[in-house]
Amino acid sequence: MSARALQPSLRTGTIAGLGLAVLFVLSLAVGVSPMPLGRVLSDPEALQLLLVSRLPRTLAAILSGAGLAIAGLIMQTLARNRFVEPATAGTAQSAELGILLVTLLFPAAALPVKTLVAGGAALLGTSIFLATAHRLPPAQPFLVPLFGIVYGGVIGAAATYAAWQADLLQFLAVWTNGDFSGVLRGRYELLWIAAVMVAIAWFVADRLTIMALGREASIGLGIDYARMVQIGLVLVSVITALAVAVVGMIPFVGLAVPNIVSRLMGDNVRGTLGWVAAGGAGLVLACDIAGRLIRYPYEIPVGTVMGVVGGAIFLWLLFRRGAHA
Amino acid sequence: MIRIENVSFKHRTTPILTDVSLTIPKGGVVALIGPNGAGKSSLLSLVARLQPLQTGAIDIDGLPVDSTPGRELARVIAILRQDTTVASRLKVRELVGFGRFPHGRGRLTAADHAIIDAAIARFDLADLADRFIETLSGGQRQRALVAMAFAQGTDYLLLDEPLNNLDMYYARELMRSLRSIADGKGKTVVIVLHDINQASAHADRIVAMKGGRIVADGTPTEILTPETLEAVFGFNMRVETIEGKPFVLHQL
Amino acid sequence: MPDRRLLGLAAAALAAAVAFLAIGLKGNIAFVLELRLVKLAALVQVGVAIAISTVIFQTVTGNRILTPSIMGLDALYLFGQMLMVFLLGGVGYVTLDPQMKFGLEVLVLMALASALLLPMLKSRLDMGLMLLAGVVFGVLFRSLHSLLARLIDPNEFSVVQSASFANFNAVRTDLLVFAAIVTVIAAVIAWRARHVLDIISLGPDTATGLGVGWAGTVTGLLLLVSALVAVSTALVGPVAFFGLLVAALAERIVDTRRHGVLLPAAALAGIVVLVGGQTLFQHALGNATALGVVIEFVGGLVFLLLLVLGSRK
Repeated sequence: MSARALQPSLRTGTIAGLGLAVLFVLSLAVGVSPMPLGRVLSDPEALQLLLVSRLPRTLAAILSGAGLAIAGLIMQTLARNRFVEPATAGTAQSAELGILLVTLLFPAAALPVKTLVAGGAALLGTSIFLATAHRLPPAQPFLVPLFGIVYGGVIGAAATYAAWQADLLQFLAVWTNGDFSGVLRGRYELLWIAAVMVAIAWFVADRLTIMALGREASIGLGIDYARMVQIGLVLVSVITALAVAVVGMIPFVGLAVPNIVSRLMGDNVRGTLGWVAAGGAGLVLACDIAGRLIRYPYEIPVGTVMGVVGGAIFLWLLFRRGAHA
Repeated sequence: MIRIENVSFKHRTTPILTDVSLTIPKGGVVALIGPNGAGKSSLLSLVARLQPLQTGAIDIDGLPVDSTPGRELARVIAILRQDTTVASRLKVRELVGFGRFPHGRGRLTAADHAIIDAAIARFDLADLADRFIETLSGGQRQRALVAMAFAQGTDYLLLDEPLNNLDMYYARELMRSLRSIADGKGKTVVIVLHDINQASAHADRIVAMKGGRIVADGTPTEILTPETLEAVFGFNMRVETIEGKPFVLHQL
Repeated sequence: MPDRRLLGLAAAALAAAVAFLAIGLKGNIAFVLELRLVKLAALVQVGVAIAISTVIFQTVTGNRILTPSIMGLDALYLFGQMLMVFLLGGVGYVTLDPQMKFGLEVLVLMALASALLLPMLKSRLDMGLMLLAGVVFGVLFRSLHSLLARLIDPNEFSVVQSASFANFNAVRTDLLVFAAIVTVIAAVIAWRARHVLDIISLGPDTATGLGVGWAGTVTGLLLLVSALVAVSTALVGPVAFFGLLVAALAERIVDTRRHGVLLPAAALAGIVVLVGGQTLFQHALGNATALGVVIEFVGGLVFLLLLVLGSRK
């Protein structure tokens, strides 16, 4: 394998942009009630549907997809392991436990408050994961995601038990399984914070690339490694908590997209970050549209669709890599 | 000038370094030699603030390593550890370019690009510049890492066994390169070497360590004697003089 | 002295069974006792099935932290079940005799499991890679399972819910007899194969050298494991870490990997934990449904501990 890797050229950029635009329009058009995009301006009912439901839903998919893909990228940098992401590092499960507990204790708390608590819990859970992951032998890279998945499973078991006792299992399902069908104007706007997080990630992109070289190389180049780890953890936790609280967790986005982009373009984050964000947005949007169409007019939650699509991509990545080594 | 004063270092309860003091003036090549576990790498890590100081003091050109901001130090001193692995899919040019990070925080000027190109040319990487690191051989990767440290453009360069993975040709080329940047640009190179004869051929000064202490310090001619070598490595070896330089026939 | 420890385990299992039957017995004693006996039989079966399948699976894969369910076998069972519903159609599926249906499901799982696991075992993949792939297979099949469930009946949410945790309190007693036959046959086969298992644990090269045909034996053992997993999953639902917990516990107690001792020890430990745990939760803690979650939680912690400690050596 030589440097035949795909360059982020103008042409591929145009194709990707077009693809995303097509998905965007499709997402606006597809749904239970018909959406006559051609005469939306003359049809007040259609316009209303577009602005209240379809557009917010589409934006929510784009924001959470881009955010979760970037969160995965950062998580992989922090753990120095390609096979981790918020859903396989206990981050999502910690956020779910956090939001469950705050719902139990303060049922009246507003969504931003609950999201904040979820973010705090995610931060704690991910920090513990990271501290342990760094103790696992680097020669066995598969132990880290394995540890993360079971660690997340244990936290998830605690959350399920608590939800069960409090008869909140329905609520828990809302947070653990991503679903955009309930997204309306006024209910998703918190997700724009994820866009801010992506912007911050772009700002520190070079530092993220260097951090992937390891602690010593980072310090050698004058980076405050400990502080950057904290910043990375905050970014990952905030994005994950937002996704969990607003639309529910979507697995595998953070895993599949950065890995594919890395394969095509390498790991220079300054150059790949935009692609990762766009890829995440496109993948989630496509899965949501598919979920709306597979069993039309019923909907299948995006989390379920992504569990299948993302799981298949993950396995493909695993065995492709195995075949290469 | 690197000043190391009364530095001791423990890993948990095991002493790694005991009361080490050393002054390395600006300019020249200093080789650190000694048996495995002598504390050479630890000393280098401490100087490059990769590990926190426990006791003692280290400063570089008057900048104490434990309190100077990391970014400022990164413009004064560069380090290459012996076990550096690059898991990222980066191209050689990108990797070398990150050596300029302490200067522009990621924004590369024309001057930066010139430095990067010079580093790539100096370490014979021009043909490999657009290859991904993972596709290189161990020796090529090692040269790319040295080039990255070199591109950092610091007055002080710390290299921990950089000859690992290099064949005879590139080992000699690297030592000659280091010699020439020390002579031509007045840089200071501190290098851990296992090949004593490379130290003899290219270093101005040899510092020998054993058991966490400095046991000998001087020019190659002073250090590379059968007596001193036996004291450091624990066995007798023949030393011959060729073209005025001592060479150790430790294989015999 | 593993024999004395085995006796101790047997005594503990017996005590747990007696406690399960006797504590809080009142009202129509004959009726309650019969109810409890049926349930006890089911729990014993599940405990034995999971314990034996885990020990065999660990031996075949040469890894102490693997269990069939970590490798996604129980998710595979649920998926196979759903696949049958999907292919046969709701009506055709419902009209099938439950015993017959279960028999079919067992066969489907055996086929799916060998199709999936045998290539992985044969290509001697890195153990960590296999583990990770198994875990992801689990996630994938759980997702596929709920996807199919939605496709079959878009309004039915409870089907999906059922896939998340084992419930030891609501055992499918209608399958009991059939499941018992499978379990007993499998247990007898496992017991007779105990010496072969000892040799299999030495790895393929040594086993082949000692005249044990690796591929054939391993295939047979995997089919055995699949059948046992089908039994336990059909009776109580998926249990991720119970097998790990029991196998680790048994090995700690008898301190040997010899299958002649380990297999009965694990089976007994399975009974002790399951029956004893259910008694404890039912009467002392007053919460009969919680055992499944608690076992998952503790088992998960044991897994993490084994992972971290094991990798440090």
